[in-house]
Order: sequence, then structure tokens, then C-alpha cells
Amino acid sequence: MKVLVGIKRTIDANVKVRVKADESGVETANVKMTLNPFCEIAVEEAVRMKEAGSAEEIVVVTAGPEEARQTLMTALAIGADRAVHVVADQEIQPLAVAKVLKAVIEQEEPGLVILGKQAIDDDSNQTGQMLAALLNWPQATFASKITLGEGEAEVTREIDGGLETLTVKLPAVMTTDLRLNEPRYASLPNIMKAKKKPVDVKTVEELGVDAAPRLKIVKVAAPDKREAGVMVESVAELVEKLQNEAKVL
Amino acid sequence: MQTYKAPLRDMRFVLHEMLEADQLSKLPGYEDATADTIDAIMEEGAKFCEDKLLPLNRIGDEEGCTYENGVVRTPSGFKQAYDDFVGAGWQSISSDPKYGGQGLPALLNFVIEEMVCSTNLAFGVYPLLSRGAAALIETHASDTLKDTYLPHLTDGSWSGTMCLTESHCGTDLGLIRKKAVPGDNGAYRISGSKMFITGGEHDLADNIIHLVLAKLPDAPDGVRGISLFLVPKVNVKADGELGPRNGVSCGSIEKKMGIHGSATCVLNFDDAEGYLIGEAHKGLRCMFTMMNGARLGVGMQGLALGETAYQSATAYAKERRSGKSLARGADSGEKADPIIVHPDVRNMLLTARAYNEGTRALAYWTALKLDISTKHPDAEVRRDADELVQLMTPIIKAFLTDRGFEAANLAVQVHGGHGYIAEHGMEQLVRDARIAQLYEGTNGIQALDLVGRKLGMKTGRLLRHFFHPATAFVEAHQEDEALKDLVLPLAKALGKLQQATLVIAQKGLGDPEEAAAVATDYLKMFGLVAIGYMWLLMAEKAAKKANGNADGDARYYANKMKTARFYMYKLLPESASLFLRIMTGKTAMAQFDEDDF
Repeated sequence: MKVLVGIKRTIDANVKVRVKADESGVETANVKMTLNPFCEIAVEEAVRMKEAGSAEEIVVVTAGPEEARQTLMTALAIGADRAVHVVADQEIQPLAVAKVLKAVIEQEEPGLVILGKQAIDDDSNQTGQMLAALLNWPQATFASKITLGEGEAEVTREIDGGLETLTVKLPAVMTTDLRLNEPRYASLPNIMKAKKKPVDVKTVEELGVDAAPRLKIVKVAAPDKREAGVMVESVAELVEKLQNEAKVL
Repeated sequence: MQTYKAPLRDMRFVLHEMLEADQLSKLPGYEDATADTIDAIMEEGAKFCEDKLLPLNRIGDEEGCTYENGVVRTPSGFKQAYDDFVGAGWQSISSDPKYGGQGLPALLNFVIEEMVCSTNLAFGVYPLLSRGAAALIETHASDTLKDTYLPHLTDGSWSGTMCLTESHCGTDLGLIRKKAVPGDNGAYRISGSKMFITGGEHDLADNIIHLVLAKLPDAPDGVRGISLFLVPKVNVKADGELGPRNGVSCGSIEKKMGIHGSATCVLNFDDAEGYLIGEAHKGLRCMFTMMNGARLGVGMQGLALGETAYQSATAYAKERRSGKSLARGADSGEKADPIIVHPDVRNMLLTARAYNEGTRALAYWTALKLDISTKHPDAEVRRDADELVQLMTPIIKAFLTDRGFEAANLAVQVHGGHGYIAEHGMEQLVRDARIAQLYEGTNGIQALDLVGRKLGMKTGRLLRHFFHPATAFVEAHQEDEALKDLVLPLAKALGKLQQATLVIAQKGLGDPEEAAAVATDYLKMFGLVAIGYMWLLMAEKAAKKANGNADGDARYYANKMKTARFYMYKLLPESASLFLRIMTGKTAMAQFDEDDF
């Protein structure tokens, strides 16, 4: 079985994100970028499937600017076999990514598609669901355990009330939750090998996808600064403040 | 708390912008060392060190190594971390691909070494020694020994040591007593005792390869009678499999001031089987291959701890509130401000930072020359680079470890009383940093090496590899608007250093004790000027990019310029007082008789 993993380049989780002065978005120029952590888990899961003998080939796909190639290298160093880079310099929203992935999937015909459940930059949590709908495939989101069977898979999902286990027919789209696995550290030889693995470069236009944004960002603002706390003298004062100042009682 | 994130931005600046390390990928054998590969390796290395080695640093310090019946156990977690470390290939970054290494530039090894030692020095010394042992075997041993031992030292399944010190002699190796006598099949039987052997016994690897200095029966007296032997802990059978234990045993481990996770052993050799490396009686020269590499590595340890000290102290100074800012109009309305507002605290933090960034530049610059000295197609370029490395080796070893210790001390000071409390991790940095000034030749010995050997070598040609480019740079930029205020102080210090060099050379010819008496001051002065030159090279690149808005990367460059200025105004002036000390020579100290003490 071929496994296709969609990945995204995002701001590194350790970077303190700043809002741009014109409030059009967050500052990404000269900011450290890495492979989105949920996507890293998706790549790791595919590599484990390959190591267990249930996957033969892993293809990683990203839609993004020239620099996203580095992110593909990270995925190849973890253990993916080859990459498809759909070069897109414009803003590319979840629906556009889903369409791009659909186009690549139609060419690649994988037996399973794994994505991160969301990207830590915009936290949209939409691409996997939209992709499944566009493909008319089953979907299993927020996976914390995946067990592959004959033509189907058993997936444990993290839901509000606890865990839900369901069975999906393959091919299917799955999205990963944090507890699915702990990604490995790429080894030095694998980092070196990554550079020699094939990367297929395409453009959005070549795939015939309309990637025009459907959502308009009105304004991006930083949350209000937290104010310093106040020590209250008594329970009565606390209740009074909760009623009249915080207005939560 | 020990705080550390690999300073990747600064590392990239030095590698790509200041040194243009990409040039290495044009050297035969280093084709893979392109900028993007270097970056990918640094990022993964940083992750490993931050996530796996840093959490073990305190545990290693508290538990230490334990000794029982000849068996040494490393602290909890060290074995797993070691397996992960060697499994991911970090042991063999620049080892020969013929024996399973990655064949990448030594420069990259330096960078990763810095991260390893920043996060866990006690752990870092094990792989460092194995690499040193492998380098020595690669350069001097027979093909049979290479084929038997190098693949295992490269993949980390075996580790290495260097066995020089005996209980009665450390630096003065001419005094060693350890005996080797010819045995069967060309092997030798080694007997005697060695001490202070780092990694002499432990539970990390399946075998330990000792490189041992000993004397053959017909050996002349002194350093010209020392031979070098390879003595495995476990004998290796003809088919390469491990056989019975060799006659090497660990008698005890030392209780030390710092690096508790590193096993420092007394090793007893009892008729142990060993194999001669290189020619008989010429072992010391071979050992210097290992020692020179190790000295550069130890220098990196100083920088590494200085970086962790700076980051930890900065984090604390931003959080801890005490006193109000004295700056006019700076009333924050708070009862107390974070202590980073106070000039004394800033001075301490900036001292550590300016040295860290400057010594990083110097170390990587030297490492780049090391790679050029082995791989450049032009023999003359190779020779020049090698001579510069030789000149800088004692400076890197001594100056960087002194500065690293100072930074660790400053980090304690920034923490106030909390710095003295183990929980905060600062006192561990001081204890750990202290060893780097001692081992691989004390810093005093480094100063003698610089003054006694390197200055006069090849009629001063080594010096010219530093003085010529530095002087040319200063002259070319004296009118440079962006750099003018930085160039001037360095021009003066550089002139004084050259003057001091001449005086030492002249006085030293007639009376070697004159040179020895000022050697430490001279090394320090040289270090200060060399770091100043590095700051100019950095400022030249940063000045072009420091303009524009104060956000993101422009801010990084602006800070580079500010730190360069701090260095030139606040730290480099120490060279003037060192100059005065050097000029007064030995009299003030030599006037005492031994009995006057």
C-alpha cells in the first residue's frame, strides 16, 4: 500500500509569534519555520507502517513557497520515500490545500492519506475533513491509534467525552492527534540521504486547481495583555468582585 | 534553572555569513556540506541535545558514577542517551566514511560538540575521547589495527581513552614508568598503573580501547623514550568477535569537583596485551594528534558552558524583581523591576555574551581552517591553514575555558544567593567548567606552548598567519564609517600585541624564564585581540544588514553591532593592562627565593 502524507510548514512552536504592524497577519519574515508538529506525527505514523510491513511507499506532499522544500527534507529524513512539492507563493487556505491534495491523490492513487489534524499557525482543523469530502472517502480524524486490517482500518479517536473507536474502509483520510505517536529524531545518515530522495515539483496551475482564497482576513490582533492579579481580603470581597467586576456570578 | 536553546541564529550567522562555510562543499570529499545540509543537521542536533541531554545534566551531577568490584556504572539515563546518540550518528559526523562515518567537515563536529557540552558536559567527554582515539588510530596505526578497531569506534559500540597520566607525573611525561615488553605475535605485554583516565571504565559501550603511553625495555630516558600502545579492555579475536577480558582493570574512580557523570578512573594494567602504534620510542608525537584535537574540543567546552550560563542568567534576570531602575523616566509603576535593568547585572550578562559570541566565531574560524588544512587541493594553502590552527590551539584551549569559567561564575553572581544553591544549577556550571582549565594540559601549559613553541616556530611564520590578515583588515577599514569606532580600539590593541610579541621573543632568547613569566598574560592578551578581530569580521557583515526596522532579523544584526561595541569598549581594554604586565617581565616575581614562600 502507498501512503500519502500531507504536510505543512509552520512557525516553530518555540517562536514567540508577533502580529504584523498593519494587523494583516503574523510576522513570518525571518522567523524560524519547521514542520508542523501534527504533520510530523503523521509522517512518523506512516514510517512505522512501512517498518511494520503494511506500507510499501510513503509520499509526502506540501503546497507552499520555495522554502517549504526544507520542510519536505525534514519529512524525508524521518523516513518518507519521496516528495511532491506543489509550489504556491500566494496565500493558500485549507480548501485550496484540500483541492491540491485531491489532485495529487488522483495521480498517486494511495491506499491511505494521513494529515495532521490541524496546523499550529492558524489552527483551522479543516483540510482533512474537506479533502475526505472532495474525494468522497471515509474519514477518521483526531486519531490516537491506527490499526490496519484487510481493506479497512480500526481507528481510535480522541473526542470530548473520551475515546471512540471506529472502523473505516480504505482508502480513507485520517488526521493525527498528539498522542498517536512520539516522532523519532532523524539520524545523521538519514538527513544526508534525504537530500538524494526524489522531489517532484509541480505548480498549482499544472494541477488545474483554483486556489483563490475564499476567506478574507479582516484583522489580526494580539490578545489583550493579562492584568496583574489582586489579593482579596475576604471571601465576601471575592464574591463581590466576581459579581460586580468580573460579572461571572 | 539551567536554560538552553541552541543559539542556532548565531551559529548560522558565523557559519554562513561570516565564514561562508559553504566553501567547504567545494573541497573534495566535502561535497555534501552545503548550507542547507549544515542547517538541517544543526537543527536536528539541537533538538537531540535540548530534549535528551539537558534533562540528564542535573541527574548526572547528583548521582555521579558508581564503582563496585571493578565495575563502573554511569548515572541513570546515560546509557540510553548514549545509545540514542551513537545510533543517530552524532558520534561519527566527521569520521572517515570508509569506517562508517559521515565524512562531514570537522567544523560541523565543533558545532554539534558545542551543543552537546552546553547541555551535558559530563556526557560529552565520552564521545569526545572516542573520536580522539579514532583520529589517532586513523593517522598512525597499521591497517590491521584500523580495520579491527575503527568501525567500532566510529559507530560508538566501542569507546576510547587516552592513558598518559601516572600518579607521579602528568604534564611531564618524560617521567613515566609504565613498562611494555615484547610478547608473542608482535604484540606487547603492558604493566603498570595509570590515573585520571576519563572513560577508563563504564557501562556505555561493549569494549574500551585504551591508547597507552609506556616505555620499552631499551627506551632512552625522557620524552624520547615513550612508545604508544593500543590496549583493548576486551581482547578482540581474529574473526573480529570479542574474546576474553584483557589484563586491564579499574581500581577506583575519583570523587571530583564537577562532571560527576564522567568516570575518571585509575586503571591497572597487569601483563595486558597491547599493540604498538607508530614507531617504538616515538609515541608522544602520535599522542599529540589526539591531544591537539582534544585541546580544541576542550576549548569548545568552555564556550559551551559559557553559553548555558548566559542563557540561564538572562532568563533569571528578566524574571527576578528587585530594586527599581535608576534610569531617568523609567518608572514602571511596579514595586520592583526585573534585575536586568540594573547596570551591574547588564555588565555581567553582556560580558558573558560578548565573549560567547566572539569565542564562537574564533573557534569556528579555526575549525574551518582545520578542514582546509586537511582537504584543500593546494599544498601551500593546506600548510598555511595548518600553521594557523597550530597557533590558535593553545589560545582556544586556554582562553575559551577561562572565559567559560568566568561566565559560569557571573551566572552565579546574577542569581545572587540562589546561584549558590544547587537547585538552580548555576553552581554545577562553575564546578563543571573548572575542569576544562585543567585537563588536556593546564592553561599554564597552553601559555608555555604558545610562547615557547608556537611563537618561534618556522621563524615566526605561524604568527604571520594571524597578524597579516588582521592588520590588513584594520588598515582597510580605518575610514569605514560603519566600523570606524570599532576598528580604532582594535588597531591599538593589535599594535601593542605585536610589540609585546617582539619583546617576549627578544627577552626570551636570552632568558627563557622571562618568556615563561609572562606567558599566561600574553596568551590572554592574544586571545583578547583575536576575539576583537573576530568581532570586526562579524561587524563588517552585520553593519550592512543592521539598518532598517528594529524587528526580526534587522534586530539581530543591530544587536551584533551593539555587542561588538560593548566588546571593544568594555572588554578589549584589558589588553592594555596585560601589556603593562608583560613589559615589567619577570623581576617582580623572580625576586623571591623559594624559602621566602
